[in-house]
Amino acid sequence: MGIRFILMVNKQGQTRLAQYYEYLTLEERRALEGEIVRKCLARNEQQCSFVEHRTYKIVYRRYASLFFLVGVDNGENELAILEFIHLLVETMDRHFGNVCELDIMFHLEKAHFMLEEMVMNGCIVETSKANILTPIQLMDKAS
Amino acid sequence: MGSQGGFGQSKEFLDLVKSIGEARSKAEEDRIVLHEIETLKRRIEFIIRLVYVEMLGHDASFGYIHAVKMTHDDSLLLKRTGYLAVTLFLNEDHDLIILIVNTIQKDLKSDNYLVVCAALNAVCKLINEETIPAVLPQVVELLGHSKEAVRKKAIMALHRFYQRSPSSVMHLVSNFRKKLCDNDPGVMGATLCPLFDLIAVDANSYKDLVISFVSILKQVAERRLPKTYDYHQMPAPFIQIRLLKILALLGSGDRQASENMYTVVGDIFRKCDSTSNIGNAVLYECICCVSSIYPNPKLLEAAADVISRFLKSDSHNLKYMGIDALSRLIKISPEIAEQHQLAVIDCLEDPDDTLKRKTFELLYRMTKSSNVEVIVDRMIDYMISINDNHYKTEIASRCVELAEQFAPSNHWFIQTMNKVFEHAGDLVNSKVAHNLMRLIAEGFGEDDDTADCQLRSSAVESYLRIIGEPKLPSAFLQVICWVLGEYGTAGGKYSASYITGKLCDVAEAHSSNDTVKAYAVTALMKVYAFEIAAGRKVDMLPECQSLIEELSASHSTDLQQRAYELQAVVTLDAHAVEIIMPSDASCEDIEVDKNLSFLDSYVERSLEQGAQPYIPENERSGMINICNFRSQDQHDTSTHTLRFEAYELPKTSAPPRISPVSLAPSTELVPVPEPSYPVETHHVASVPSVSDTGSTELRLRLDGVQKKWGRPTYSSPASSSSDSTSLKAVNGVTQSDVSSTSTSRTRDSSYDSRSAQGEISSEKKKLAASLFGGPSKTEKRPSSTSHKVARSTSPAVEKSQGPKAVASSTTGVVSEKAAPLQPPPDLLDLGEPTVTSSAPSVDPFKQLEGLLDPTQATSAANYGAVDNTKAADIMSVYSEFPTSGQSSVIANPLPTNAGDANLIPGLSTTNKTGHAKGPNPRDALEKDALVRQMGVTPMSQNPNLFRDLLG
Repeated sequence: MGIRFILMVNKQGQTRLAQYYEYLTLEERRALEGEIVRKCLARNEQQCSFVEHRTYKIVYRRYASLFFLVGVDNGENELAILEFIHLLVETMDRHFGNVCELDIMFHLEKAHFMLEEMVMNGCIVETSKANILTPIQLMDKAS
Repeated sequence: MGSQGGFGQSKEFLDLVKSIGEARSKAEEDRIVLHEIETLKRRIEFIIRLVYVEMLGHDASFGYIHAVKMTHDDSLLLKRTGYLAVTLFLNEDHDLIILIVNTIQKDLKSDNYLVVCAALNAVCKLINEETIPAVLPQVVELLGHSKEAVRKKAIMALHRFYQRSPSSVMHLVSNFRKKLCDNDPGVMGATLCPLFDLIAVDANSYKDLVISFVSILKQVAERRLPKTYDYHQMPAPFIQIRLLKILALLGSGDRQASENMYTVVGDIFRKCDSTSNIGNAVLYECICCVSSIYPNPKLLEAAADVISRFLKSDSHNLKYMGIDALSRLIKISPEIAEQHQLAVIDCLEDPDDTLKRKTFELLYRMTKSSNVEVIVDRMIDYMISINDNHYKTEIASRCVELAEQFAPSNHWFIQTMNKVFEHAGDLVNSKVAHNLMRLIAEGFGEDDDTADCQLRSSAVESYLRIIGEPKLPSAFLQVICWVLGEYGTAGGKYSASYITGKLCDVAEAHSSNDTVKAYAVTALMKVYAFEIAAGRKVDMLPECQSLIEELSASHSTDLQQRAYELQAVVTLDAHAVEIIMPSDASCEDIEVDKNLSFLDSYVERSLEQGAQPYIPENERSGMINICNFRSQDQHDTSTHTLRFEAYELPKTSAPPRISPVSLAPSTELVPVPEPSYPVETHHVASVPSVSDTGSTELRLRLDGVQKKWGRPTYSSPASSSSDSTSLKAVNGVTQSDVSSTSTSRTRDSSYDSRSAQGEISSEKKKLAASLFGGPSKTEKRPSSTSHKVARSTSPAVEKSQGPKAVASSTTGVVSEKAAPLQPPPDLLDLGEPTVTSSAPSVDPFKQLEGLLDPTQATSAANYGAVDNTKAADIMSVYSEFPTSGQSSVIANPLPTNAGDANLIPGLSTTNKTGHAKGPNPRDALEKDALVRQMGVTPMSQNPNLFRDLLG
């Protein structure tokens, strides 16, 4: 399926955004997030940005205080996912302007809308920033 | 408390009551109420609060219905937020879905394309197999929508239906082909997702699309797509990657299709920007594609170049990709590994777990009989060192697999299996234990009894050594007990009382484990039986006696029976015992008189005396069909579960009498197997239910291990194209004894490449030699010697060790010592590899990582006091990264301190390198002000909240 979940977690391990592309119960999510966040936060900057966890491969990237973690299947190109994270951050940056953790917290739904445009069924479907942001801007205008 | 807040009302409610109460006129009251309506309408906020509740791990199910209601709203923003919340809260089988389907249907017909998109998003998440028909016609209709965003999402909705239930959309698959030619690149790109899935299942039906995919890829690579798809100067890299994945599938094993791809893949190899991450991502995908399609020498060469660049990089990410790519390419061109041996060993020894595991994967794929010892040794060491059970299981089963396939000697095999069992015994498949027992019982297929005896006695010895250790896994103890029972006294080296004492200790030490106890008791019985059969007098040890007595009163009927059987056997005379318990007969076939003809006279006599004749059970009506009550096929997976399928109809062809054993092991009808132990059923030979088919060694399943057994492999380097078959095949080749003519050639080449390595520590070099020097082996197991040498040498004596190591790694090659080349290149080349590795890298990834702020740990502590330390931090960081101007991010604007003179100069100096998107203090200030206005002051807690993510 490709991407199985996308998480944003801050340095303290608090979840800031979570999107799953397969159903997990609340308990499973909580356990999973705890385990992988602990794993990823313990790594240093020289180490790979990839971590194996059970059947997932986690690709993560840190921006300031915020970690972006993407859980993928085995067949996925890790380096491309790493750049996908960057594309996501660039897109949010274009929308919010100097995006910071607080922007995502205050506009959680917008961050989700962007993800909805970029990823469907666990596949990357849109990578043009203009195409991603148009619906969101139109919605802003309408309301 | 009085009337104020006594009922736990919120402040807002109190305010409302208060203001209504104090209203002086109707007009004022109206104003208040209107304001209240506005407040109440802001439900969106409440829903998002609910999302937070769920996200942070608490149950918000009480509010789901409100999210559902919100999807009915007319406002687009509210509707979409409602859909978002619903998709986050509900899974596709939730009861509330039924309430949403109607709304979705309505919204799919909306004039506003954004509403349609919102509904399609929900379709992708919420529609399950049953509800597909409700929306399918509309989704198909939307494939022709005028807005590309809608077409794209409609395609993805179909994709989702395909994932859920392929049969429901099988008739619509042609739509995917059509949409591949959509005018909009976004729709085309999205269509690649379902096509990839379809092609992965059945590539042959899509061979006609190869040309289209190739031409699309060509156009993308030539920048024909709109600029907005560019990412870091790469034209639509994500689409390129997906296309390459598809081509890899289509070209696999298809020469004609592959030939169409060579040009475009070659172009991409040339065009890719190798300094950016995304460029490397595309290059990596190219390598995957090249190693999957029909091989092309030129492309393979390009791929090898990229791999060596990856491996030489300082970035761990690139090394990781390099190792992965190497393990793919190695299937096609095995010789490529040799030039990278040191890089591989570096990765193997890297403290980074991820990299290490990836390297183990590579080693696993390149294992052959010449290097199996080194590799499995390493794997086991690693296995012991980790705690992660999931990975431990995986690596243990890999060790077992490799050991079974390539074991160079019986002794080594036993030792290896001991280690695996000792450290991961309960994690490996129980089949493995049975394989091991059977191997010990049957020997290794050579008609050499002494070798078999040696094997057994070495196994017995090693087990007697291990047996006292605490915390042995249950599966391992079973093996130990079985082997001690069968062969403990065989060599005459150990007395019966010694063995039985040990067995009693096991049973006592694991008193809670019935399986182990059962194995121990049966082993005891065997030891005594062999003693009696040999004519010796049996003195049962007192502890043994008490154990048997205890077990004969056990709650487990199985243990009870074993105990009683033992007591019975001990009282028999030598002749009877020998028949019941023949020595070393675990591999003998047991003949079963299925008709029980020896009972005929008894039956006749009974019939004459007026007994009822026997009616075969399938002729009896109203009786439970107990056919197959026991099958020899005892699956590990079969458990005591309920059966939901109907009982099978009586088989008339089944053997009519006495415990009919189904010959065809049917997986559906796995009977509930009681925990039975192979040893027991075998030795109590009078039990008639032992099946006569298949399992001669009663459930010890070996699955052709025998066949896999082989002498050291001579991998023939010439067979580059045919080599992509599995390891088994490679080993199969060895069995047919490829003559060693090809080895001399390989030896030369490997020798050359080895002499080219620089000074790197001799330790590593030896490891490399033992891992990669494989093809040049002529003797049996020379690598083990080299390995041992490698272990014992100290790196201090490097110079003298160097050549010796190489020499020892290629034992048996006399001519090699005469090679005049050898020492000089070793010395001359010393510098080269070190230079490359320590060269200042222009690694893009490092630069990106440099964006991260190393000072955060301190800054989080106390914001107020930070300004001084902060400035210092910036300076220190600045000096840390003198070459990288991008470290300016660290100079994150700290808005409250804008007046601080220290900070600003720091900023401006670091910022000089001036890249477009620097941190903007004013922006951050504004944001801060805004937030403060709203009454949020997170400053003291978490200043990071304001930090720009992108510097």
